[in-house]
Amino acid sequence: MEAHAAHPAAAPSPRAGIRLPGAGAGLGRGTVLLYLSVIVLLPLAAVFSKAFENGLGAFWTAVTAPQAIAALELTFIASLIVVVINAFFGTIIAWILVRDEFPGKPIVNAVIDLPFALPTIVAGLTLLALYGKSSPIGLDVFTTRVGVVMALLFVTLPFVVRAVQPLLLEMDREMEAAAASLGARGFTIFRRIIFPNLLPGLAAGVALAFARALGEFGSLALIAIAFKTEVASVYIRSLVESGNESGAAAVSVVLLGASLLLLASITLIQRWGSRHERGGDNGLVVMPMSGEDFTKERGNDDE
Amino acid sequence: MGITVEGANKRFGDFQALKDVSISVPDGSLTALLGPSGSGKSTLLRAIAGLEDLDSGRVVINDEDATAKPPQNRGVGFVFQHYAAFKHMTVFENVGFGLKIRKWKKPEISDRVHELLQLVQLDGLAGRFPSQLSGGQRQRMALARALAVQPQVLLLDEPFGALDAKVRKDLRTWLRHLHEEMHVTTIFVTHDQEEAMDVAEQLVVMNNGRVEQSGTANDLYEDPANEFVMSFVGEVNRLGDSYVRPHDIEVVSDPDASTEEGMVQRIVALGFEIRVELVLADGTEVWAQLTRNELQRLELREGQIAYLRPVQAKSFNGSSPSDPGASTPRGPRDEGDAEVSAAV
Amino acid sequence: MSSSRSSRWGLRILGIGYLTALLLAPLVMIFFKTFEDGLGPPLDAITSPDGLHALKLTLLMVVVAVPLNTIFGVGCALLLVRHRWKGNAIIDGIINLPFAISPIVIGLALFLLYGTNGWFGPVLAEAGIKILFSIPGMLLASIFVSLPFVVREVVPVLQEIGTDQEQAASTLGANSWQTFWRITLPAIRWGVAYGMVLTTARVLGEFGAVTIVSGSISGETQTLPLFVAKQFEQFNYAGAYGASLLLAVLALSALLAMNLLKRKEA
Repeated sequence: MEAHAAHPAAAPSPRAGIRLPGAGAGLGRGTVLLYLSVIVLLPLAAVFSKAFENGLGAFWTAVTAPQAIAALELTFIASLIVVVINAFFGTIIAWILVRDEFPGKPIVNAVIDLPFALPTIVAGLTLLALYGKSSPIGLDVFTTRVGVVMALLFVTLPFVVRAVQPLLLEMDREMEAAAASLGARGFTIFRRIIFPNLLPGLAAGVALAFARALGEFGSLALIAIAFKTEVASVYIRSLVESGNESGAAAVSVVLLGASLLLLASITLIQRWGSRHERGGDNGLVVMPMSGEDFTKERGNDDE
Repeated sequence: MGITVEGANKRFGDFQALKDVSISVPDGSLTALLGPSGSGKSTLLRAIAGLEDLDSGRVVINDEDATAKPPQNRGVGFVFQHYAAFKHMTVFENVGFGLKIRKWKKPEISDRVHELLQLVQLDGLAGRFPSQLSGGQRQRMALARALAVQPQVLLLDEPFGALDAKVRKDLRTWLRHLHEEMHVTTIFVTHDQEEAMDVAEQLVVMNNGRVEQSGTANDLYEDPANEFVMSFVGEVNRLGDSYVRPHDIEVVSDPDASTEEGMVQRIVALGFEIRVELVLADGTEVWAQLTRNELQRLELREGQIAYLRPVQAKSFNGSSPSDPGASTPRGPRDEGDAEVSAAV
Repeated sequence: MSSSRSSRWGLRILGIGYLTALLLAPLVMIFFKTFEDGLGPPLDAITSPDGLHALKLTLLMVVVAVPLNTIFGVGCALLLVRHRWKGNAIIDGIINLPFAISPIVIGLALFLLYGTNGWFGPVLAEAGIKILFSIPGMLLASIFVSLPFVVREVVPVLQEIGTDQEQAASTLGANSWQTFWRITLPAIRWGVAYGMVLTTARVLGEFGAVTIVSGSISGETQTLPLFVAKQFEQFNYAGAYGASLLLAVLALSALLAMNLLKRKEA
């Protein structure tokens, strides 16, 4: 089971089965839209509205305040570094989960999801304990940037792994055999055959991880207290606490803009990624928290 | 020259896919590995290509021991059942892949690719992606790709298995013509005996990891080594211990000492030939192949009693297929033309 | 593609080493840190009135948000997959939003809506309804952040099982509700279960949005994660770690459930 969204055009409309009569479907849709509006859209509208409450000028001032710029800069750069690192390690981990066999593999596969399940505050606390000032292994790497990077590495790792795994799994192994029979060796096969086919998943995973990293708060909250580093989310919180709501909203809009852009790019990436599939685009948005067991490859049907 | 496999053994977990298999493929010939699912034919082919490692045995390609060589070094071109097209590359890039790896210059690659695309009649589709091609087109592309690097040996693993019947037949003919032009030693795997007989100069029949018999289509049809080969290559009726081809069953209107009585259950007209299904007194079901003329002359009807005698039958007493001694082809035990009345 | 022994081991060491350093070691740390000074301090902290209240609040969040989002999730998935509509892509997009938006921004958004100077501020004040610094606000935040999970998990399952069974049921006389209850729901149940586990884990761990919306008032509007932060701020490390341990245990249970459910689906 992959966590894909339904593409509107591809969804079949059966004449029988579960089908609410025209009015029923309309009612259902109305309810869904109402729920979404109240829970999601309305709050976001409030943020946008507040950000520009005092006009574009005020917005600009808030966003270009020195502290704001410092916070945004830290956030974006740290997030960028993090996704590059996790793109590398995430691919390796996905590789050994799909292509390798070793004792304890199911446990490793399960552990990947830990950042999804563990509260971010706990993550931050434990990283601080292990790699911070009173570290038992004497490893104090929690200067400002490193601490931020580590926390973000923690929370974003699963995104890349779970985005690459299904692609590795579905890949036609015979392409690699064909390449070998044509003379290509190990790394060439990876570079020319495997990697291009992984790219869409990797890109989507990276985009998702980036969006996640930009907005991360829980794991950084304690570091902020400990070291007075400010990522964007921490800065926004401090603005709220000091009553500068429009300023907070302004900086939030910057983050929101980035997030929306990333979400849109993921859709485009997915579309680009399935351009070579028969039947083309499924309108997928891969949300890597799938319930599928991505360690077992489908067997080859040969004899 | 050519290809030789000696004493090949391969097991997958508990399953023994190849049991002491030896074959010999003459240089420049077109050979079919024929057998049912699980017979080991694909495994054997992949072992020749180097895509599988043998547990024991040797693979010799053009007088060189290739057993330890990886697929890159064996000079084999491999065509897969499901094409294994590089779906992220165009047709041009697919076909040119092997040449690019060998660092040919761009204009040279272009010349060779277009030459091959013409050969496989995919001119004009060079810029397309595999997902935009039909199955038959993809397979032709795969063939062009394999041929581009001028392999010493061409190996095809059920190349037409994933295609429609009509396309299969067309490509079959086309493959034979291609071989006549290029004369590359070719081995292909199939479970379709008609395909094998139509295309190949030599057939190697496999079952359960062993070679049952090898020879020309005619050899196998006329002189099968055992029951398996006889029933796999061509149709067969079983009468007691004997095996009779449907066209070797003579149907007559009047009984005599050599005939057996049977009731006509069904008459099916398959174009020129008529298939007459009968059931004997002891319940054995038999079918005979007659021409339309014969049918008319006999005036057979369903439900009617008729009399039949086998004109030529074979029995393989004391031998069962895949005996330890059956890996080398054995001659048939021909009962001659004697009319045999089926013992009941 | 056969890889050499050394490259195989190289990848394993790289991958598993990274995982250990980043995920496993910190996890193990919680256990050690919690009981550094013995069983007493953490236990005291958790069983203190504030601690227990935090636990209760957290569970309350779960008990309300999960069923709501499950019902919404299943209904929405059915709508998206079984009924064509041009706007489905939009609905799909909106559902994805909670993944990409910072929890702090979510908290701010709720603040701006329901605060005293917010859009609904005056109206609510007059009606005497308190959203912020109170449970309703926290619930809204929890629902927002955990919205997508059930939908996301059910949609592909619905796509995969196709409509054949449902259509067969129709021809045999079942109406829409019966078909749903007897055919569809059993077919998607593991997807729903998995989605619910993810939703639960998310609600349990929610921090940023709830922090802003609740004001983190001890003993009143503090969930367990907020409790952890507060304890840390007050240098009560045993308390912070103790509560963290509790949350970690809950998280690991969720992880376990996730994995068992993955098997069920295969």
